[in-house]
Amino acid sequence: MSRVMDMRALPPLQRWLVLLAVAALLIALPFAVDAFLGRTWVRIIDVALLFIMLALGLNIVVGFAGLLDLGYIAFFAVGAYSYALLASPQFEVHGPFLLLLPLGALVAAVFGILLGAPTLRLRGDYLAIVTLGFGEIIRIFLNNLNRPINITNGPQGITLIDPLQVGGIALSKTYTLGSLTIAPVHSYYFVFLACALASIFISLRLEDSRIGRAWIAIREDELAASAMGINTRNIKLLAFAMGATFGGVSGGLFASFQGFISPESFTLLDSIMVLCMVVLGGMGNVGGVVLGAILLTALPEALRYVGPLQQAWFGQIHIDPSDLRMLLFGSALVLMMLFRPAGLWPSTTRRRELAVEDDVVAKEQANAAG
Amino acid sequence: MDIFLQQIINGLVLGSIYALVALGYTMVYGILGLINFAHGDIVMVGALVALTVAQALASSGLPAPLILLLAAGAAILVCIALGITIERIAYRPLRRAPRLAPLITAIGISILLQYTAALIWGKQYISMPELIKPAHFVVGGAQFTELQALIFLLACAVMAGLLWFIKASRVGKAMRATEQNPDVAGLMGVDINRTISFTFLLGSAVGAIAGVMVVLYYGLGHYFMGFMLGMKAFTAAVLGGIGNVAGAMLGGMLLGIIESLASGYIGDLTGGVLGSNYRDIFAFLVLILVLVLRPSGLMGQQTGERA
Repeated sequence: MSRVMDMRALPPLQRWLVLLAVAALLIALPFAVDAFLGRTWVRIIDVALLFIMLALGLNIVVGFAGLLDLGYIAFFAVGAYSYALLASPQFEVHGPFLLLLPLGALVAAVFGILLGAPTLRLRGDYLAIVTLGFGEIIRIFLNNLNRPINITNGPQGITLIDPLQVGGIALSKTYTLGSLTIAPVHSYYFVFLACALASIFISLRLEDSRIGRAWIAIREDELAASAMGINTRNIKLLAFAMGATFGGVSGGLFASFQGFISPESFTLLDSIMVLCMVVLGGMGNVGGVVLGAILLTALPEALRYVGPLQQAWFGQIHIDPSDLRMLLFGSALVLMMLFRPAGLWPSTTRRRELAVEDDVVAKEQANAAG
Repeated sequence: MDIFLQQIINGLVLGSIYALVALGYTMVYGILGLINFAHGDIVMVGALVALTVAQALASSGLPAPLILLLAAGAAILVCIALGITIERIAYRPLRRAPRLAPLITAIGISILLQYTAALIWGKQYISMPELIKPAHFVVGGAQFTELQALIFLLACAVMAGLLWFIKASRVGKAMRATEQNPDVAGLMGVDINRTISFTFLLGSAVGAIAGVMVVLYYGLGHYFMGFMLGMKAFTAAVLGGIGNVAGAMLGGMLLGIIESLASGYIGDLTGGVLGSNYRDIFAFLVLILVLVLRPSGLMGQQTGERA
């Protein structure tokens, strides 16, 4: 929000220059990273872009509408599986990408409504548990739907998923543009970047829209919101469906990018990781959520260096880096809630709310003392 | 008929474990309105502590009941310390915060407990030394072991003791007062913080006993075992009416029986399409059905806006 405001305050010419510079930076980024840090880091950036989309989707449900969803990864799974099943040797179907991606989004949205409908009357903590159960149910089904008819191929997952292909351009091929080599990771970067930017744009516009304000009103006080004429049922369902759509799209992209998916990728811990991104960055603030997604995708990669470090210092590996990551996630959730509940980059409304709460308490204490 | 009776017996044993864990959820929910996500993991820690003690003492030549008592005692002490510390650090500062905040810290604590346990005990399954030799009883064509009888009877005793304690003792009265209205209870001279700490103490101690039962019953422990157990126990608490102590016991027993019957018969009912590998789904289905049809649970009061 604030960033956009700052931009608007600039005179038009400077605004364009800033935009142009940012665009140039984003275009050059994968090639620069490739040259200096190596191709694995380009891949990490690709994954970070996917997680930005995912986190923005969860932010609609948790951040805007205030509905704590602990099974969000299920929508990611639904999107990924609906793409993978229709574009792999599993059923010998190879549908076109441009058709399958919207289809995956639609299927995910339907699942979002299916989850939302029975849980509409529930609040906060109950909702959290039901969504958690829903996520687990989806995973258990994915794991077991290989018998008696093999649909999901069970725990082995689906392999050889078609890469992204539009018209004659396949992203699995390497292209050269003059002296520039465009490897698959680079092409995926641009596709994901476009999608992530679109998600950011949609999120920002949604936040300021009639619907977005209705979500925030429901988050603040559902009773008051419905008294103001908001159809809370439809608006909450819309939040679920919209969040699920984001998840479905990124799931489809994830499946085509990885070429392989299995139920392993869609566990509760993944849901919690996405939740961490939203909480850490700042619930309800688009910029904060993007920041959270980038930080938490980069973190495990940075932690990869911890293993050899331990080896060097202690002679053996005490803490497995992936466990360390989970320990850090857990501490981050606790510490953020205790010391900075609005996130690293809080939204203005949230900050105001929390400040008001403090004021009331302070006044009460002052009264009691006086 | 034999199989039916057998499944009921298995369900009752399983259900009594669920019921003990569910008590921890329901007491904390009743008093704080908070789902203590970490409770399942406290039970896990208790189970693994008991395992470690039992393993260490298994070859010492001490009589088996004494080893069991020592293991359970260690588990209870560790769990009580954990429960009280967690309340102090993660929940107490957030008592007046928006509802989402303590819920998120609870999730964080749950992850912390799981992965700390993974650091201490590793990620493999740990097996329990066999302390009680299985002796079978046969009743009406169904058989059960000494261990199953012990678990069921002990769970009933603990639950009866807890019900009596909450109803009759001074602290129990303070707990009920705090549950109804903490501010007014405070004005009446109840020490709210101590009462809440005590609730966590009770819940954790009962949870530790359940943890010991789980490792005895299955003979295995694992750092992630608290998750499913916690989910099911929470479902049991909701089924009985969350916040209601007797309800949690009823819900636990019912859920155990439902799960055992459903996973025993699902293969026959669906002609082999769905097998017992779906057993973990039933708890979630029950949970969703209860929340949709009767959010206040079987024994809860109808309070409309609560859910």
